[in-house]
Amino acid sequence: MTMPLTGPLLSVEDLVVEHRTPGRPVVRAVAGASLRVAAGEVVGLVGESGCGKSTLARAVCGLHGTASGRILVGGHPVTPLGLRRRDPALSGVQMVFQDPYSSLNPRRRVGTQIADGLRTAGDTATSPADLLERVGLPRAFAGRYPHEFSGGQRQRVAIARALAARPSLLIGDEPISALDASAQAQVARLMRDLAVESGAGLLFISHDLSVVRLIADRIAVMYLGKVVETGPTAEVWADPRHPYTRALLAAIPSPDGAGVLPAELPGDVPDPADPPAGCRFHPRCPFAMDVCREREPDFGPVACWLHQPEPSTLS
Amino acid sequence: MSAALTIEGLRVSIGGHDVLHGVDLSLEAGRVHGLAGESGSGKTMTGLAVLGLLPHGSRSSGRIEFGGRDLLEMPARELNEVRGAKIAMVFQDPSTSLHPMLTVGRQLTEHMRHHLRLGRNEARERAAGLLAKVRIPGPEEALKRYPHQFSGGMRQRIAIAVALACEPEVLIADEPTTALDVTVQAGILRLLRGLCDDLGLAVLLVTHDLGVMSAVADEVSVMKDGLVVETGTRGQVLREPRHPYTRSLLDALPVPPGENSP
Ligand SMILES: Nc1ncnc2c1ncn2[C@@H]1O[C@H](COP(=O)(O)OP(=O)(O)O)[C@@H](O)[C@H]1O
Ligand code: SF4
Ligand SMILES: [Mg+2]
Repeated sequence: MTMPLTGPLLSVEDLVVEHRTPGRPVVRAVAGASLRVAAGEVVGLVGESGCGKSTLARAVCGLHGTASGRILVGGHPVTPLGLRRRDPALSGVQMVFQDPYSSLNPRRRVGTQIADGLRTAGDTATSPADLLERVGLPRAFAGRYPHEFSGGQRQRVAIARALAARPSLLIGDEPISALDASAQAQVARLMRDLAVESGAGLLFISHDLSVVRLIADRIAVMYLGKVVETGPTAEVWADPRHPYTRALLAAIPSPDGAGVLPAELPGDVPDPADPPAGCRFHPRCPFAMDVCREREPDFGPVACWLHQPEPSTLS
Repeated sequence: MSAALTIEGLRVSIGGHDVLHGVDLSLEAGRVHGLAGESGSGKTMTGLAVLGLLPHGSRSSGRIEFGGRDLLEMPARELNEVRGAKIAMVFQDPSTSLHPMLTVGRQLTEHMRHHLRLGRNEARERAAGLLAKVRIPGPEEALKRYPHQFSGGMRQRIAIAVALACEPEVLIADEPTTALDVTVQAGILRLLRGLCDDLGLAVLLVTHDLGVMSAVADEVSVMKDGLVVETGTRGQVLREPRHPYTRSLLDALPVPPGENSP
């Protein structure tokens, strides 16, 4: 692997993020996760619900404090919002959430909301109508209010607003899950095309593996707070190496007309407040060995004792 | 083979706008009939029409034959009895069919006591049995808990248990796994297939996911703009589609591994 001299656009290094609720044990939702996104690259972050994807995304946006580890955007460390009001690292990060209702102001015309983003970027050449056009909506819709749009259209508006701020990094946290099944792939493709066109990086979070496969250059597989495998999407699909990645992909039913029921991954996701010792996947792993129960495989790109890198390639 | 439920020439209009233009579909006991097509094509409306749950102000014509009767002609009171007891449903979002303020046990037994006229203890025993059948761990304990105390996948299993409580003959499942993780989906699909085989249920499975369709459906119908454009066995529709629209749906899928993506 060669690294550009300038380094990646987003670099998450050994990140730990905890949720603290009074009277309850601390939930280490992100437990030493590492991840990189380059400019112009689309990285799909996948994993079962509750594995910490949203928590990681919120920390990257400065919406959640971190317990340890580092987040660098364009080489600048991210500090949580509120600690420093205008973090230079964050001005280039925009997020699109699952529910476009919650991120758009219901009382303001969408054109005005998109104009806010343009102002952030100091962009006087582009109009809100231009952006609506780019996300496939009629220019005249700028004068409408969020409730006048369907779910899929509203998510397009949220994307237009995020793009208006000219982000260098766009994050989508399940941006398509609330949409109609038929709109899902379309909106995902749109996000990909627009991000790549503008040279931004896209971190696309979804529990829908088939959509991630359609749009991501690389994927990162997360399990119980850790990224357990990363690699180019086509490679991971053709040859998944971590037993968890294998189980995830094996569970996707194939549309071949053969009537084969997908394989089930036995057991439940363990409680992140009380994760298993050693490899976090060992209680559900068909290949678990003694070492797996004792020592955590703390390396990449495949965090599994079956795929330990050669000592010479360890950095 | 005798059909458990037959839909003939079903037309539905809502507010003067035609949404179904003459749908024909037949469900058989012990078989899963998959209904595919993009959103807005009328899949959900077809399911709701069978349940007599069309939105207010809609008009329907045609025939939905079940047990020798036309459901479209049935008085509301009788239809209420049929729905829930003989024809049950599961939706994309399990919270649609589960009451948040009632324990799982209460929701299961109330149905049975009403429709099957069972006593308290007998209903409770059967409820625990149903939870075991849908593979909820610790069924006795689970009866005392509330829906929010379970994960999404477990809630969908419970919604299926509630749907099965009165031994229905027909189950309408509308995108039952779309909101779930693939690993959880795999379990629910196995469960649906098993229930269909063991209990002789006739299942109408609405899904946009042709992989899901391929895994569990025996017959597949494809809808477009309020009409069924193609019906056939799973193998025929997914491997040798006759209608150009079905072909376009299949062509839009990512290339399977081993066949080399671009
Ligand atoms: N605000 C919160 N307070 C306490 N625990 C939380 C909170 N948000 C998430 N968690 C817990 O953190 C873990 C990771 O959650 P999340 O980041 O939402 O995962 P994902 O997005 O992958 O579904 C889960 O165990 C979840 O229950
Ligand atoms: S480290 Fe061991 S338990 Fe963990 S995934 Fe690899 S083989 Fe399985
Ligand atoms: Mg999430």
